[in-house]
Amino acid sequence: MAADNEMTAIYYIQHHLQNLTFGKHPENGWSLASTSQEAVEMGFWAIHLDTMGWSIAMGALFIWVFRKAGRMATTGVPGGLQNAAEMVIEFIENLTRSTFHGKNPMIAPLALTLFIWILLMNSLKLIPVDYVPEMFGRLGVEYMKIVPTTDVNATLGMALGVFLLIIYSSCRVKGVAGFGKELALTPFNTWLLAPFNLILEIVGLLVKPISLGLRLFGSMFAGEVIFILIALLPFWAIWMLDVPWAIFHILIVSLQAFIFTTLSIVYLSAAHEHH
Amino acid sequence: MNINMTLIGQTIAFAIFVWFCIKYVWPPLSQALHERQKRIADGLDAASRASRDLELAQEQAEQTLRESKEQASEILEQAHKRSTQMIEEAREQARSEGERLVASARAEIDQEVNRVKDELRAQVATLALVGAERVLESSIDEKAHREMLDKLAAEL
Repeated sequence: MAADNEMTAIYYIQHHLQNLTFGKHPENGWSLASTSQEAVEMGFWAIHLDTMGWSIAMGALFIWVFRKAGRMATTGVPGGLQNAAEMVIEFIENLTRSTFHGKNPMIAPLALTLFIWILLMNSLKLIPVDYVPEMFGRLGVEYMKIVPTTDVNATLGMALGVFLLIIYSSCRVKGVAGFGKELALTPFNTWLLAPFNLILEIVGLLVKPISLGLRLFGSMFAGEVIFILIALLPFWAIWMLDVPWAIFHILIVSLQAFIFTTLSIVYLSAAHEHH
Repeated sequence: MNINMTLIGQTIAFAIFVWFCIKYVWPPLSQALHERQKRIADGLDAASRASRDLELAQEQAEQTLRESKEQASEILEQAHKRSTQMIEEAREQARSEGERLVASARAEIDQEVNRVKDELRAQVATLALVGAERVLESSIDEKAHREMLDKLAAEL
């Protein structure tokens, strides 16, 4: 019985941590993975439909809400939605102004998008872990992991976007040659040590997006695992741990979104600076 | 995948969590939003009040200007009127003075004429007497005829 329970628990956890994967299976061809094993076998050529769907949905929600606020905007006393949107925008604007020292009108909108989008995606975590998967299970969808930021593909994908912007900004501000020179001549300003510098700087450059993506992923994934573990408790005990953890996650959710946004701005600011 | 009590447990937890949010998370947020709204409203109010004040002040200034202009024109008009009046008075005075002068001159002339007439009268009597004396070549009783001749002169 104990072994049986353990099996169920492991199955439950694995089930909850499995994305809905669509990809090219060596045997079944292009199909939805019906087990975790199949999803692994698909290798690189697979896509997590739930991650994509929920992240796009959250992005759309962000755009819809802010567009609505923008359309209703008046120059008089702002109503509820406009007021809230203005508050968020003010917050992001202050953050950008204090962190970003270059000149680029794209940074503040980028920061706003990152912050709200990640905040919305993270917030999906506060929905009890069984609700949505159960609902989709009824509709015949086997796997459904609704929090995109607990999928390393989503967080590293965003980090990759930031990384490309860093490369682009560096090349645009300093020129390709200038950027190369910066990589080759810091921290030791001599051509003799250029190879050493290059290795150091390229590692440093690559670490930025990886740490950016993994930080968000790690925090969210760990939180999710704890939520799932809490869900394995007897039903009358769930709330005792679940409620404090959820309340704590209000902080984590916004903090991680804030950290991702701030670090993106800091990296981009560094890319805009001449050394 | 089967529904079990876990779902109920999660629902209980979720309900408590939502209650917590409504009770402790939402109020400060909503208060911050309200404060911001109030601040903006106050700012806009102050601005509109200031602009209204400005309008009022402008209006007042305009009115004062208009009043003073009116006053100035009134004063000017009064002065004008007064000057015409003065001229009129002076003219009147001059005319009356002239008339008076003319009258007094005339009176003087009349007086002179009367005086000359009296003188003439006096002399006429003497002349007549002398003439008559010459004509009659005789002495006439002066006393007897003086009275008669004076009467004659008075009739002149």
